[in-house]
Amino acid sequence: MALDKPYQDIPGTTIFDADMARQGFHLNQFCMSLMKAENRERFKVDQRAYLDEWPMTEDQKLAVLARDYNRMMSLGGNIYFLAKIFSSDGLSFQHAAATMTGMSQPEYAQMMLDGGRSPEGNMYK
Amino acid sequence: MAKITASVYSSHVPAIGAALDNGKSGEDYWKPLFAGYDYSKEWIRENKPDVVLLVYNDHASAFDSNFVPTFAIATGEEFQPADEGWGPRPVPVVKGHSRLAAHIAQSVIQDEFDLTVVNSLDVDHGLTVPLSLMFGQPEEWPCLVIPVAVNVVLYPPPSGKRCFAFGEALKRAVESFDEDLNVQIWGTGGMSHQLQGPRAGLINKEFDNAFLDRLADDPQALVDIPHIDYVRQAGSEGIELVMWLVARGAMQSKVVQKHRFYHVPASNTAVGHMILENP
Repeated sequence: MALDKPYQDIPGTTIFDADMARQGFHLNQFCMSLMKAENRERFKVDQRAYLDEWPMTEDQKLAVLARDYNRMMSLGGNIYFLAKIFSSDGLSFQHAAATMTGMSQPEYAQMMLDGGRSPEGNMYK
Repeated sequence: MAKITASVYSSHVPAIGAALDNGKSGEDYWKPLFAGYDYSKEWIRENKPDVVLLVYNDHASAFDSNFVPTFAIATGEEFQPADEGWGPRPVPVVKGHSRLAAHIAQSVIQDEFDLTVVNSLDVDHGLTVPLSLMFGQPEEWPCLVIPVAVNVVLYPPPSGKRCFAFGEALKRAVESFDEDLNVQIWGTGGMSHQLQGPRAGLINKEFDNAFLDRLADDPQALVDIPHIDYVRQAGSEGIELVMWLVARGAMQSKVVQKHRFYHVPASNTAVGHMILENP
């Protein structure tokens, strides 16, 4: 019997469950490798070559190269792992969060100052 | 005998650590947040613990996708601040209480909680930011710390009910340790926040305040909140709040509320903070 996944009707949200973790394992482990300075350097010199050392899918590699975080998450990436990519790029969590919402960082920062995104209308698809 | 005397609850946003470490805590953006901890710093000077059981989660720093322990306790002598991609935080090394940690591990496993035992563990912002908020920027942390890690990254985390019962088992374990120790338990993470996807930035003040309302006097009402309610209402990362229930479970049912604070935003997150004492 299939597991009940009631979180699938939450809008704009990918829940990193065991099945997503299975699909994203190599993508997430690639991210972990960026916690070492020498790996960050090698990645920056030739991103494609560095990615090719990992048994990731082509879609995962293209999503990393495009820095498309929503796509990476749909392919099993988890935000705390993906954070190693934008940290390597010298970007903040707030910057990355803004790109996922399609807002500019100043717009997003202002939304947070105004009390954040309201749950109203944002709890069900 | 060792005794749990108080519990502290606090969010552990990494940007708070960065603000402190980079000398930005006096800026207008951060001032109201740090002001919410002024009372707490004074309180902990007067109520200094010998040991803190610090319930937190690792954020893909020490634990990667290869091993995902649901509950883990660290029995090492000391723990280095983790390099989370921008170098380790310039904070003191965290000193553990190896003997008490080993005692707790043995006790709670026999009490039906199958803990993972960790020795070497680099501790990330989840553990060090609450220490900074409570103790400021000392040369050395003024107490010993036993890291208690809960998985809240890979869904599903343990249920609120299980977390609360784990806290009860921790209490029994501490109280059976035969050295006189003043022990505090801290629950960290939360409150509402979502760091990912088009819904990033979600904040739910109503949910957060209802949670704070009940934590002191009616924690049983929180224990049965299902995962889906946290995720839907408080954001995909709001589910970290189950860690507060570990700390609350380790306290007596009647407690004295010493402090309560709530502030939005710290970067992407709603910050909640509470101090409860056993009578």
